[in-house]
Amino acid sequence: MIFEFGLIFGSIPKMLTGLGLTLQLLLLSSFIGLVLAVITLLMRISGRWFLVAPAVVYIYIFRGTPILVQIFVIYYGLPQFEFIREGVFWPFLREPFWCCILALSLNAGAYVSEILRGGVLGVDKGAQEAASALGISKTQSFIYITTPIAIRLSLPAYSNDIISMTKATALASTVTLLDMTGVARTIVAQTFAPYEIFISAAIIYMVIAWMVQKGFGMLERRMSRYIKATR
Amino acid sequence: MSEEKPIIVLENVCKYFGNFKALTDVNLTVQKGARIVVCGPSGSGKSTMIRCINRLEEHDSGRIIVAGNELTDAVKNIDAVRREVGMVFQSFNLFPHLKVVDNLTLALKLVRKVGKPEAREIATRYLERVHIPDQADKYPSQLSGGQQQRVAIARALCMNPEVMLFDEPTSALDPEMISEVLDVMTELAEEGMTMICVTHEMGFARSVADQIAFMDAGEIVEIAPPSEFFQNPRSERTKLFLSQILSH
Repeated sequence: MIFEFGLIFGSIPKMLTGLGLTLQLLLLSSFIGLVLAVITLLMRISGRWFLVAPAVVYIYIFRGTPILVQIFVIYYGLPQFEFIREGVFWPFLREPFWCCILALSLNAGAYVSEILRGGVLGVDKGAQEAASALGISKTQSFIYITTPIAIRLSLPAYSNDIISMTKATALASTVTLLDMTGVARTIVAQTFAPYEIFISAAIIYMVIAWMVQKGFGMLERRMSRYIKATR
Repeated sequence: MSEEKPIIVLENVCKYFGNFKALTDVNLTVQKGARIVVCGPSGSGKSTMIRCINRLEEHDSGRIIVAGNELTDAVKNIDAVRREVGMVFQSFNLFPHLKVVDNLTLALKLVRKVGKPEAREIATRYLERVHIPDQADKYPSQLSGGQQQRVAIARALCMNPEVMLFDEPTSALDPEMISEVLDVMTELAEEGMTMICVTHEMGFARSVADQIAFMDAGEIVEIAPPSEFFQNPRSERTKLFLSQILSH
């Protein structure tokens, strides 16, 4: 077969027409996912069974099933129900874009809440005891001591999750969306050059992943200023 | 008048960790201005006892009354007690993500509702008192162990407590840093601070304490002024302990 390097770089500009959608999926579902994650985390560590139980079930379901299956269930499965089609959310749920956002957000929420929980559990008990001894309330202590330390502890795993999300957005192409992978598939159908086109898509994903990694690396260094001094 | 009314009273305090009885009928009365050193083998309940005094541990039976507030489940009482009691821990327990000065001002701002400039002023005053005013804008990890422990002492003092509890404040320190912390504690004692100090520093106990309490197996076995405690220990267990720690 003939491998055309020219086609790899030549198709990048076309690929970039899907970049906007990929980034929208990524940013929107990361944000909603983070909000869900914080709510789930607070439920999970509340110590009240009626809050803990739903959080645990939610995490279990969304970590235990493939995102692709979740997208299919939401996109193909939900419209089977009459009450969904007549419900207030139908204008959203009939759009593949919002189905993807929903699936990706729910997925991110489950994963990220566990990442954050790891961070919270990693905070030294001593600092919290010192806060109690000073008369600082549990809530204040959580806000001013646990949270900032837990965020820093969670960052490496969180950046990893955002990179996973970047790649998971490619699944949007399976429900007719023209994100980067969707665009790539369209071009492949026209040019019959799967190698070059998908490699060109892969390059752009790698650039995004690289930027995410660098960005979080900078954030991590900034937030770790207080530790660097010792070692 | 107030000198007759003790600031801390422990009456028949018992505390269990699961099936293990950590404190057995502990009785202790602390007058204002008293300087009590608590010693004893590890696992004897020393830390548990002082941690009960500010409710970092809950006692299971008996009564603990601090500055007129009995410690119960009532959050109001716990808050009231913690306002009167400062604590210094073995492992410093500074807030690692905050600069030294912010370690000192956090509780002032959150608990005492002191404004920022005033909080900073108070913090600076106490950092001077523990001889490290120039470290205010560093992070705890940039300081030596001795300096960190002095920050911890200053942080507790900022809240203007009536009583200071020290839980083995020098046990985690390198030998050359112990004296800088003990010096600060001695100065505090000289200024009339009421303190209860768990420590193995017998030199400090001898020179600063007005009472030494010896604990073993969750009980206060003996409590006496230093001269009597070191020269004429009454209990066999005390004698054994002293022979072990003073033998070299």
